[in-house]
Amino acid sequence: MADAEGTGTAAAAATGGAAAIGPWARFRAEFAESRLAMVGLALLAAIVVLGLLAPVISPQNPYDLAQLDVMDSKLAPGEESATGKTYWLGTDDQGRDMLSGILYGLRISLGVGITSTVFALAIGLFFGLLAAYFGGWTDTLVMRVVDIQLSFPAILIALVLLAVLGQGVGKIVVALVTVQWAYYARTVRSAALVERQKEYVEAARVLALGRARIVFRHLLPNCLPPLIVVATVQVAHAIALEATLSFLGLGLPITEPSLGLLISNGFQYLLSGKYWISFYPGIALLLTIMSINLVADQLRDVLNPRLRR
Amino acid sequence: MSAAPLLEVDGLRMHFFTKAGVVKAVDDVSFRVDRGQILGLVGESGSGKSMTGYSILGLVDPPGRIVEGRIVFDGTDLTRLDPAGWRAIRGNRIAMIFQDPMMTLNPVLRIDTQIVEAVLAHADVSRESALARAREALVRVGIASPDERLRAYPHQFSGGMRQRVAIAIALVNGPDLIIADEPTTALDVTIQGQILFEMQKLCRESGTALVWITHDLSVIAGLADEVCVMYAGRLVESGPVADVLERPLHPYSRGLIDSVPSRNERGRPLHQIPGMTPSLLSLGPGCPFRERCDSANGACRESPAITEPQPGRRLRCYHPAA
Repeated sequence: MADAEGTGTAAAAATGGAAAIGPWARFRAEFAESRLAMVGLALLAAIVVLGLLAPVISPQNPYDLAQLDVMDSKLAPGEESATGKTYWLGTDDQGRDMLSGILYGLRISLGVGITSTVFALAIGLFFGLLAAYFGGWTDTLVMRVVDIQLSFPAILIALVLLAVLGQGVGKIVVALVTVQWAYYARTVRSAALVERQKEYVEAARVLALGRARIVFRHLLPNCLPPLIVVATVQVAHAIALEATLSFLGLGLPITEPSLGLLISNGFQYLLSGKYWISFYPGIALLLTIMSINLVADQLRDVLNPRLRR
Repeated sequence: MSAAPLLEVDGLRMHFFTKAGVVKAVDDVSFRVDRGQILGLVGESGSGKSMTGYSILGLVDPPGRIVEGRIVFDGTDLTRLDPAGWRAIRGNRIAMIFQDPMMTLNPVLRIDTQIVEAVLAHADVSRESALARAREALVRVGIASPDERLRAYPHQFSGGMRQRVAIAIALVNGPDLIIADEPTTALDVTIQGQILFEMQKLCRESGTALVWITHDLSVIAGLADEVCVMYAGRLVESGPVADVLERPLHPYSRGLIDSVPSRNERGRPLHQIPGMTPSLLSLGPGCPFRERCDSANGACRESPAITEPQPGRRLRCYHPAA
């Protein structure tokens, strides 16, 4: 990677300064080169803020059954209820405000997506590094487990797990982590196999640094760029997978509206003209996944040394 | 030479046990290095010179294994060392400098982190004094404005500067022996000259012994005291550098020296050694150089033993040049 950092080296050499343009500043400048990615980033930031602020900004708490009124069920977007409340995105069959449901749903989707990614990343990272650094039977064992797991469709493994575990946010995170760690393990291993051949690892061995230090301090940071890209894409996958599972009725309980559950609720009314129950959560899900993917695409371009000018 | 050298390699054999067969990467190599002495280890690619260096530091990974011989460093046989023993020696008493300065520094860690880490791995000192030593090491290898440089990342350095940093890391714990594996091959000749000069000065001043592995005889000529010429894993000739370069006895050494282009021979076709290095896999008995040798005859089908034709010089050939 080092030899591809021409611009930084030239700039630093010209001024003779150590930090004329830091790696972080260069990274930001390169990321900002794509308008589309910046739009994606702005959208993603907005979605995250909306999700985080859901309890503050949403007109109704969809978890609180006392706030729901069955009389208000299936109201069209913008319609006013008997009690004078306006539901801007309509209501579902239980009289839940769709806007509130979507905001809370985003919160859960993002939370589940990010939490499961962080755990899967940590686990995958650990086993991937282990496999790459020690090789031999450790490598064989870890990678065969990964191969077996990747030979099944992710949705199938998650379905079986959830059928056994039951419903709930914690359980869906467990299912997603189980499905996803293998991707990271494989990515880390391939990156680490390349990195461990480099002389700086040999140099670290010559300094008699500890194994843990070589693996985590020297190998790990050098394996991160491809992982950051995979992790970003996987957040989107996790969100989609959670929505799918909830849509199928195996993800979250009906009392915790995730986007998938909301879409599922409205599915049966879709052909009877009450499009909004599925439509708006669907749009929210689409925008979330799209914004993450836009950011991930640009990250991949910026972090891939081969695409560097 | 003193009675007990700092490093004595005696009959070292390091073989790779591959699926295709046994590769005798190092096959009966012996030499000794005294304190403050510079030994040049010369040979073509694949002659086993780097593998000899790796063997000394115990860096040979499976399927490679030291099958025979002793490597005695200051009274300790390194071939019998346990991991704790290695931790005490590697990077502390024996340091290594690698070939490619672009690769030996970790690209994501700052220079100060990397040098301080090297200090703290072997000395029980505070971070501040480790940093002070790091700074001092950078000054010693001729890096201007060390404070600024300490906070920089490797990619902000040129190749020569990086190699200086790598040398600073090797020097920071005051080792008794440094093994340098072609450290100037990737550099410009002017930078190479500077680095050679610094290394020679540092060794003379501190009494550090140096094993300099290279394929470049002209580097050895100016730098080393003693030279060992290796061919196909074997030591073919050794002796004081001036003697060996003046009057090479082994036909291979002579070929190597003649292959260096010089100004006097301008216009004439450059000399070359005919043929190629034999594959170490298919190497049968006998002198491995006989296929390319002018003076080879039937006797060369038997491996020649090491002889001492003159005091201080060793040779593995039946037909020493007059």
